[in-house]
Amino acid sequence: MTWAPSERELERQAVRRRLKLQQIVVATVVTAVVAVGLGLLVVSSPGWDRVRDYFLSWSHARDSFAAIAEGFWINIRIFLVAEPCVLVLGALVAIARQTTSPWLAPLRLLAIGYTDLFRGVPSIMVVVICGIGIPALGLAGVTSSLFWLTTFALVLCYGAYVAEVFRAGILAIHPTQIASAEALALTRAQTMRFVVLPQAVRRVVPPLMNDLVSLQKDTALISAVGVFEALRAAQDYQGYNFNGTPLLVAAAYFLVVAVPLTRLTDWLMRRQIEKEQGR
Amino acid sequence: MRTRLTPLLVAPLALAAVLTACGSEGDTSAEGGAPASCEAADLPLKQDGKLTIGTDSPAYEPWFSGDDPSNGKGFESAVAYAVADQLGFAKDDVVWVKQAFNTSYTPGEKKFDFDINQISITPERAGVVDFSKGYYTASQAVVTMEEDAAEAASLADLKGLQLGAQTATTSLTAIREDVQPTKDPLVFDTSDQAKQALLNGQVDALVFDLPTAFYITAAEIEGSTITGQFEGSEKPEEFGLLTEKDSGLAPCLDEALTALEEDGTLAALEKEWLSDVVSVPVLK
Repeated sequence: MTWAPSERELERQAVRRRLKLQQIVVATVVTAVVAVGLGLLVVSSPGWDRVRDYFLSWSHARDSFAAIAEGFWINIRIFLVAEPCVLVLGALVAIARQTTSPWLAPLRLLAIGYTDLFRGVPSIMVVVICGIGIPALGLAGVTSSLFWLTTFALVLCYGAYVAEVFRAGILAIHPTQIASAEALALTRAQTMRFVVLPQAVRRVVPPLMNDLVSLQKDTALISAVGVFEALRAAQDYQGYNFNGTPLLVAAAYFLVVAVPLTRLTDWLMRRQIEKEQGR
Repeated sequence: MRTRLTPLLVAPLALAAVLTACGSEGDTSAEGGAPASCEAADLPLKQDGKLTIGTDSPAYEPWFSGDDPSNGKGFESAVAYAVADQLGFAKDDVVWVKQAFNTSYTPGEKKFDFDINQISITPERAGVVDFSKGYYTASQAVVTMEEDAAEAASLADLKGLQLGAQTATTSLTAIREDVQPTKDPLVFDTSDQAKQALLNGQVDALVFDLPTAFYITAAEIEGSTITGQFEGSEKPEEFGLLTEKDSGLAPCLDEALTALEEDGTLAALEKEWLSDVVSVPVLK
């Protein structure tokens, strides 16, 4: 005798389907009403014509497109150089903070001081101080290239954030894991290397991705010392032609990179939750 | 099975609140057209009986003096008070407001009657705001450290150097159009940043308008010099007073400036506050 759903089960399924459909309809209608309402509000405002001319001018978008593209290439290059450096620095600082040997106390203090300082200071100040202050020292052998100086500044700022992310990942590993490693006669270093870090890194991938997207955006800060990157190119065009459309063009460039990255982050997070919790 | 009504109620309510909160207000600006006359009483002003003038902060020498636009010292401060006087305002009836350059031309209500901030008149800009006629004709000059001066003495020399200028200025246009350098110029937010980069050796030469260049080499950067000025193109750059589009003030500002030109006031103020520009060679 093969299994067939009972009357009651069929009824349950029908109710579930109906409720699901109801939810979808309500969500769609509410979203449409809100979107249309906001759109009408903007378009019917007294200043809309001027705002449209100022921010949505096709000809200005076209004219500024090339200069902003050229600037954005600098943003991308800085990001590609800074990102691996940030990951390495962050991991090293996090590991340094987790050491326990009394001999390494100065290292721990240095790591704590570094994270506190660079998480507390606005990034733009670090960029300006590195870009203008370091070359002013006139040290022999130190570059005065703004590209490298600003990259260094961003690595300093983001290294501090990423170090904290890694540290949170390390602290999230259950003490029983470490106790088990000890029972297997692993040294502290081996425990860190083979037991704690592999699990910690896997756990912090989503928040790391967030910082990565954020770093990508913050490459715009280098305009503060005169590098002609995407944002500065847009502002320059804006100031010269009294039209703000290029700002939106620059924003679009950043979005083209940021949106896929954020989607990927979400997907990774969801996959991890499903894996760990079977939800 | 409970149906949840909360979200159903909240979304439209929130929307209604938003819509009523920012309901359209009547359009108060853009009276358009010229005022009945250029008497102080007839002018379309932000504040009755007061002339409100905007400029950036800090206010740089030699255009202003001591970062205080209201002391009548510095070329633009002096011009502003001369214009106010022409329009029939006493010194006490002039109010200064801080106005960053990059928000002086954006859409929306402005807090100044006019803005005086070394703003070059260009056709593109004139489509967005109203300008008075020019009150000063600026040429662009090259500033370097003395030891590098020999390498920046001609347009051909400049081509291979790392140049820099302030963002959104005609100095930058001069670099792009007259020099067309092989390296992209550095573009600074303020002239202070530009000066710092020159001292650090991050740029070889900077381009400023001539009075600023004179002031910087004379008083701000020890050991810097002007190597030359760009040849004025067909249409030399003119600084104009900026006022909101259709504010109706521009014709009256023009009238005042014309009067100041004809009685020699503008020329005298230029002589008083801006250095002599005769001795600067033209870059070939």
